[in-house]
Amino acid sequence: MQDASRLNAGEERLRNLLILGLAGNESAYHTFLRELSAHLRAFLRRRLVRLPDEVEDLVQESLLAIHNQRHTYDAGQPVTAWIHAIAKYKLVDLLRRRARHEVLNDPLDEEFGITSASDTEASDARTDLKKLLEQLPERQRLPIVHMKLEGLSVAETARLTGMSESAVKVGVHRGLKALAAIIRRNA
Amino acid sequence: MRTDDLVAMLAAGAGAVQPRQAARRYAIALGSGALGAALLMDLLLGPRHDFAAAILLPMFWVKVAFVTSFALASLVAAARLSRPGLSLAWVPGALAAPVLAIWLLAAFVLVRADAAQRKFLFFGDTWNSCPWLIAMLSAPVFVAVVWAMKGLAPTRLRLAGAAAGLLSGAVGTMVYTVHCPELEAPFIGFWYLLGMLIPTAAGALFGPRLLRW
Repeated sequence: MQDASRLNAGEERLRNLLILGLAGNESAYHTFLRELSAHLRAFLRRRLVRLPDEVEDLVQESLLAIHNQRHTYDAGQPVTAWIHAIAKYKLVDLLRRRARHEVLNDPLDEEFGITSASDTEASDARTDLKKLLEQLPERQRLPIVHMKLEGLSVAETARLTGMSESAVKVGVHRGLKALAAIIRRNA
Repeated sequence: MRTDDLVAMLAAGAGAVQPRQAARRYAIALGSGALGAALLMDLLLGPRHDFAAAILLPMFWVKVAFVTSFALASLVAAARLSRPGLSLAWVPGALAAPVLAIWLLAAFVLVRADAAQRKFLFFGDTWNSCPWLIAMLSAPVFVAVVWAMKGLAPTRLRLAGAAAGLLSGAVGTMVYTVHCPELEAPFIGFWYLLGMLIPTAAGALFGPRLLRW
């Protein structure tokens, strides 16, 4: 009973934050994403007991996916059902990729090679954002760097890059989708 | 990369999200897909020569009602499967209802008909072309609906692909009724359905590859 009511309180809180965020409230959206990452970490840790090193990568991949597809949330549906469906989709995708990969490669090589264990910081993933960004074309990379990392406005970014404001917005949108695709390919 | 940094990055300047994007995408997809199907129909098949007389027959409207209700149910199926975490709920029942209705009508017609007539009621004149023509007309709709889905987030890709195929088959069939000379329930209940199932099977087959994200 207590568990259920706590679950409902969490659901209610996440839902309100997301709805505020979708309406343009940036600080509510920031809080939503922060609480979401803790929620995702717990959700994925339970399901990746044998692959603890993958958890944080998958938390980040799911965060990016949820952000990119945030327009698919229907205010009438439980937010946790929506989140879990996306996280599960990314989880199954990861397991399928690994299964295919291990058929082709000797798994031992991989364990000691590229993927060093990251015990140091629980919330540190192995993917390096800066390196990923380098793979994007300029019209997507510059808007992301200026707007998302340096915190400039759309207008400032447009002035700095010589792009139109709508091109800046499209660049951010497409760039984040492209990042998600790159992460998926690299994983 | 630390997750907190990613969170900060995603939240920075995130802005408001345009509401009702799913509805807009499906409206665009169905509008352009149906237009493509209508152009194909007009160019390659043409409307039935007695179209003006046919629309006065009740059976023409029974046929249209069957296909339209099937199209609406498959639209709901496709729209729900485009969003993570939504179940199909009552949609399978809504898809089955028009099929059962036309089968009941078909059974009634077949039972009442002379034995010699039954074969014609079932096969009509065009049974061997009807399903293929429906599949052809559904192709532009299928492309448009897959585009709509790709801008959303289907998580059950095979099922979503099948729903995209079913929806495009139903819209293609709506366009096909303008050309099709057949009006008998046994014909419609089998060959129309078969025609709609061709893109459905294609969608289930290619869905996982087409819709991945």
